[in-house]
Amino acid sequence: MNAFGFYEPTSVRKAVAIAADHSEGKYVAGGQTLLAAMKLGLATPSDLVDLGKIPELAAITYDKAADAVVVGSMAKHAQVAASSEIASRIPALAHVAGLIGDVQVRNRGTLGGSIANNDPAADYPAAVLGLGATIVTDQRKIAADEFFKGLFETALNPNELITSVSFPVPKRAAYMKFRNPASRFAVVGVFVAQAGSGIRVAVTGAGSAGVFRVKAMEDALAKNWSPDAVKSIAVPASGLQTDIHASAEYRAHLITVLAQRAIAAA
Amino acid sequence: MTDTTVREKSTTAKSNPAAKPTGPIGQRLERKEDRRFLTGAGQYTDDVKLAHQSYAYFLRSPHAHARIKSIGTKAAASSPGVLGVFTGNDLPATVGGLPCGWLITGTDGKPMKEPKHPLLAQGKVRHVGDQVAMVVAESLEQARTAAQRIDVDYEPLPAVVDVRDALKKGAPAVHDEVPDNTCYVWALGDKGAVDAAFAKAAHVTTLDFVNNRLIPNAIEPRACNAAYNRADESYLLYVSNQNPHVERLLMTAFVLGLPEHKVRVISPDVGGGFGSKIFLYAEETVCVLASKQVGRPIKWTADRSESFVSDAHGRDHVTKAELALDKDGKFLAMRVQTRAAMGAYLSTFASCVPTILYATLLAGQYTTPAIHCEVTAVFTNTAPVDAYRGAGRPEATYVVERLVATAATEMKIAQDEIRRRNFIRTFPYQTPVALQYDIGDYDACLNGAMELADVPGFPQRKTEAARRRKLRGLGYASYIEACGLAPSNVAGALGARAGLFEAGEVRVHPTGKVTVFTGSHSNGQGHETTFSQVVADRLGIAVDDVDVVHGDTGRIPFGMGTYGSRSLSVGGTAIMKAVDKIVAKGRKIAAHLMEASDADVEFVNGKFTVKGTDKNVPFAQVALTAYVPHNYPLDKLEPGLDETAFYDPTNFTYPAGTHICEVEIDPETGETKIVNFTAVDDFGNIVNPMIVEGQVHGGVAQGIGQALLEGCVYDRESGQLLTGSYMDYAMPRAADLPNFQVDTRVTPCTHNPLGVKGCGEAGAIGAPAAVINAVCDALGVKDIEMPATTERVWRAIRSNANRAA
Amino acid sequence: MKISVSLTVNGKPVAAEVEARTLLVQFLRENLELTGTHVGCDTAQCGACTILVDGKAVKSCNMLAVQAQGADVTTIEGLAPNGDLHPMQEAFRRHHGLQCGFCTPGMVLTAVGLAAQNANPSEAQIREALDGNFCRCTGYHNIVKAVKSGIEEMA
Repeated sequence: MNAFGFYEPTSVRKAVAIAADHSEGKYVAGGQTLLAAMKLGLATPSDLVDLGKIPELAAITYDKAADAVVVGSMAKHAQVAASSEIASRIPALAHVAGLIGDVQVRNRGTLGGSIANNDPAADYPAAVLGLGATIVTDQRKIAADEFFKGLFETALNPNELITSVSFPVPKRAAYMKFRNPASRFAVVGVFVAQAGSGIRVAVTGAGSAGVFRVKAMEDALAKNWSPDAVKSIAVPASGLQTDIHASAEYRAHLITVLAQRAIAAA
Repeated sequence: MTDTTVREKSTTAKSNPAAKPTGPIGQRLERKEDRRFLTGAGQYTDDVKLAHQSYAYFLRSPHAHARIKSIGTKAAASSPGVLGVFTGNDLPATVGGLPCGWLITGTDGKPMKEPKHPLLAQGKVRHVGDQVAMVVAESLEQARTAAQRIDVDYEPLPAVVDVRDALKKGAPAVHDEVPDNTCYVWALGDKGAVDAAFAKAAHVTTLDFVNNRLIPNAIEPRACNAAYNRADESYLLYVSNQNPHVERLLMTAFVLGLPEHKVRVISPDVGGGFGSKIFLYAEETVCVLASKQVGRPIKWTADRSESFVSDAHGRDHVTKAELALDKDGKFLAMRVQTRAAMGAYLSTFASCVPTILYATLLAGQYTTPAIHCEVTAVFTNTAPVDAYRGAGRPEATYVVERLVATAATEMKIAQDEIRRRNFIRTFPYQTPVALQYDIGDYDACLNGAMELADVPGFPQRKTEAARRRKLRGLGYASYIEACGLAPSNVAGALGARAGLFEAGEVRVHPTGKVTVFTGSHSNGQGHETTFSQVVADRLGIAVDDVDVVHGDTGRIPFGMGTYGSRSLSVGGTAIMKAVDKIVAKGRKIAAHLMEASDADVEFVNGKFTVKGTDKNVPFAQVALTAYVPHNYPLDKLEPGLDETAFYDPTNFTYPAGTHICEVEIDPETGETKIVNFTAVDDFGNIVNPMIVEGQVHGGVAQGIGQALLEGCVYDRESGQLLTGSYMDYAMPRAADLPNFQVDTRVTPCTHNPLGVKGCGEAGAIGAPAAVINAVCDALGVKDIEMPATTERVWRAIRSNANRAA
Repeated sequence: MKISVSLTVNGKPVAAEVEARTLLVQFLRENLELTGTHVGCDTAQCGACTILVDGKAVKSCNMLAVQAQGADVTTIEGLAPNGDLHPMQEAFRRHHGLQCGFCTPGMVLTAVGLAAQNANPSEAQIREALDGNFCRCTGYHNIVKAVKSGIEEMA
C-alpha cells in the first residue's frame, strides 16, 4: 500500500476542513471497501481523514416530526441490524443491514461509507432509494432520487460529507437479495416499500448504471399491492449488467421473482 | 441374465463392521497438534523470521501471451532498499527449467513434448501471472515499489485458454517448438474389443462434458524463506510444501545444480495443500538461487491474487464418453476421449494426472470388460494444471458415474439396480485398464449409503417438496480410487521419474519414549496423532510417549511426501516396518536379559515374554539396556535402538464407496440446496475414525464446490483470468453446505500390514458426480455443466419448459 | 508519516510508532510477533485474520493499526492466557473443528464474537455467522458442531 497521511478529526467541521486542505485525500468511514482497494493499488489517496472519532455521526434517532428514522453516516451495519429503534419502525432496513457482507464487515462497515461509494451491487442503495430517504450532508439535504448518479458516482461534491440519512417510516417494506456466491454482494436485490408518499421498488445489483426504480411495478402496485401485480412485469434486460455470475436476462428474471417475494414478505 | 443370478455369484470379500478397538488403533483420539493450532502457536512458513531477512516481490505478466522485447531494470535496481533485481536474462546458463516428473510416451511411440519451463520468463510470457522478474529489497513495500519501475516492453500475441481452441488449425502456439499445442496423445485399452462391443450393444449412452478447472485455494498461500550460509556453503529453505525431499531433489539435481546434501528444506506447519503444494515452483527456486548472491535470507509470501494466477490449477478436461450396454443394462464397453489442459508449462506431475491417474480408473466398481481411453494433453495460455485433491480420479469417477446414471435413466433401470448388475464381486480383479483390485465390497457401501440416506423415503420427500413448488433429486456415485501411490517399479514402467516408496525412522530413546521420523508430511491430516496411535499400539506404550517429526530434510532420512492418500498406507507402513525392526532387535536384547533363546521370546502388550512362562521384560527396560549396554550381547548386537525402514508398496490401494446426494432446487431462481449428503466408504482399517470423518467432510465439501460453485474462468479472447479473487471465485462457505452423513465399511487392504487404504481424496472424488446426478434427476435433464450455477440451472429448467410447451 | 498508537492487546497495554499504512494485522504479526493471526487473502474475505476489537469480530487485514487507537484487541494468543484452553478452543479440539489450523484462529474468534451476540444460535445462524471465514479442510461440519458446543459451554 502506498504511504499516506492520516487524520482523525473529532468534529464534522474539522473533518471537512482537513479534507479541503488535501485535494487528493479521502474520507475513510468503515474502510471495508476503501482499504481493500488501497491494498490492491486500486485507490491511492494522499491522505485519509478517518471519521471514526466523531461520535455524533454514529447516532440512530427517531425524528418524530418527520416520522423518520435518522441514521448517522458512521452507524455500522451491525448497529443498524441490531437497533431496536429501526427494528420497531423499519424492520426491512435492519434486514438489509444484516445481509451486507459478513459479520466482520458489518462490525466495521458503515451506512455513509456504503452509499458514498455507491457500488452497483451494494445493498444499502436499494434501501435508501426504496424508502425515499434523504441524505443529509455537511452542506445540504439530497433526496435519494437525486443522489445515486451511476456506477460509483453520487451527487456529492468533492469533500462533501454525509452526516446522516433520514429514512421515512413506511407502512410496509421488505428486501429480497440474491447473493453473489463469491463476493456476497447482490446479484440482484429488490427493495419494495409502501409509504404515505407512494410506492417504491428499487433494484440494486442488476443495473448497468447502479441502483434504479422500476416505475412499471410501482404503478401496478399502486393499483393492487400484491405479488401477482408484478408477476408479468419484466424489466428489459437491455439496461442490465452481464458478468460471469449472471447474464442480463437472468438478472431481469430475478428482479421479477424477488419483487414478488419482497411484496409477499412486506 | 437376471440380477438375482448376478448377486448370487461368489463373493470373496465381505466387509465387516469395525471391531471394537483394544489398543490405540481405532480410537477417536483428540489430535495432538490441535493445542498449538488453537492457541496461535502453530508455525507456518510466513511465521518464520530469519535474521537479516530481505523480501522478494515477483513482477508478473499482465498478458496471457506476449513476446518480451526488452526488460529495463535500471530504475528498479536503483530504487530505495533494493538488494537485487533478477530476470530471465540474468539466470546462469547452468540453471535448468522446472522439471516434469513423469514421462508420458504417446501412441506414436514418441516422448511427450517438454518445452522449457524457465524460472523467470525468457523471450515470452505464456500466461497471466507468468513470473517475469524478482526484486529483492529491505522491505516488501520497497520491493513492490521497485518492481513497478521495471520497464517490460511486451509485444502481445493472440492467446488460447481453452483446449478446444488450442487444438484448432492455425491456433496460436503456446510454445513455438510445439506448433500444434499437443503435448502428447496417449491411449490405454483395447480399442478393437471396445469397437466390437459397441457394434453389438443394445443401448449406447453418450455424454459430452467439461470437467471444470478449479483453483486449489489452500487458505495458507504459498510461501518460502531461503538462506545461504557462507560458513559451510549450505542453503536452508523454509517452504510451504507437501514433500520437502522431493522439492530438494528436483531443485538441486534438475534445476540449480546444487549439491543435494548442502540444501536443507524445512516445511513447517502447512496450511493446507490439496496437491497444490506438491510441486516445485519457480518462486522458491529463484529465492534459493538469489539468496547466495544477495547474501541475505529472502522471504516471499504469495498474495492471494498471486496464488490465483500462479498456483497449479486442477481438472480442466473436455471429454466425450460413451457406454455400451446389453439389453439388461450390463456394461459391455466404454469409450472415452479426453482433451486435458496442461496450461502453459508442464508442472511437476501434470502429465500423469489425466493419464495414469485417470484412464486406469475408468472401470470404476464395474465389470466392464472392454475400455478404451484416448487422452490429448494440450498446452494453453493459462496457469499450469496439475494434481488437485483426487487428481485424475475425480475426473474418472465423473465419467463413469455420469455415464452409469444417464444409462440407468435412459434404460429405465433403478440407479442402485444398474450398479448392482455390474458390480465386481470377485477379487483380486484385473480390470481392462491395467489395475488389479485386491479387495472390496461394493454392495456393502451401496446398501449402507441407501439406508443412511433413507432412499425409501425419497418419493415422499419429493412429493412434499413439490407441494412447496421445489424440485427434489437424488444422485448416486459409486466411486473407486487407486491410492497409496505407488509401487515404484509399476510407476517407473509407466514413466515416473521418481520412486514412490516411503521412509520411516523409529528412534527409541533410553527411557522408552519414541520419536518417529516420517518422510510423509501433514498438511492438516493429523499424522502426529494417527502415526503415534499406530506406533503406540504396536509397541504397547502411551500415545503421548510418541512424537512424530515430519517436513524436514535435515532430520528425516528420506521421504516422498503426502499426496494420493498415501500417508498412512505407504508412510505408515514404512514406520511399521521400522517398528518391526525395533521389536526384532528388542527381542534379542530381551532374550539376552532373560537368558532365553531369541525364538522363544515374543512381544505382547508392551512386554517381551518367554513363551509359555510369566518371565518378561518391559519395553522400556529393553530400551534402557540398549543404551546402557552393561549386560548386553555386544559381540552379536550393536547398542542403541533406532531403526529405519523404506517401504515400497506392492500394489495400489483401492478405497471405494457410494455417495448419495439429495438436492432441492428452487425452480424460480435456480438455486440448488444440498439437503442431504451421505458417504459410505471403505477405507480398509481405520486408525482414528474422527480424523477419517473429517477427511471425508473436507473432500466432499471440495467436491460440492466443484459441482455447484467453483469454476476458474479465463476470458476466451484475452486470456485474462476472470476469477482472480474471492470476489469472483466462489469458495464454499459454511452456509453453502449441509451436514454430512458419513459411515464406513471395512474390507482390510490385503497388502499392507495395517490393512489401510487411504481416505484423503474420497470425498472430492465421489461428490461431484453424486451432486450433478442429483441435479439432473431433479430437473429431468440429461446433463448440466459444472459448476451448476443458479443461472445454468434456471436455463436448464427454462429450456425444459420450452421443450414441453 | 509515523503516528503513535496505543491500545490494549490481550490485556496488555501496547504503544508504538507506526506508519499510517500499517495494517492492524501487520502490526500484530510483525511488530508484536503475534503470528497466530493469519493472512489468507488480499480482498478481506477469507477471515483468517479475524480478531476481536472491543469484543467484536473484525478482519485485521482490513483495518489500519492507527484505527485501533485506544481499542481493546484480543488475538488467538490472548484467549487462553493461563494455559487452559478457552471453552471455544476446547470445543474445536473435541469436535475436530480444525485440520491444517490456518483458518482456525479466525474461526475461533468469530465464534467467540458470535457468542456475545447470540447465546443460543441455531445451526443455520452459526453457518451464516461464519460467512466471513473460509475453511478449505473441514467442510465446516465439525466447525459448526464445535461452535454450537463452545457457545453452550461459554454460557
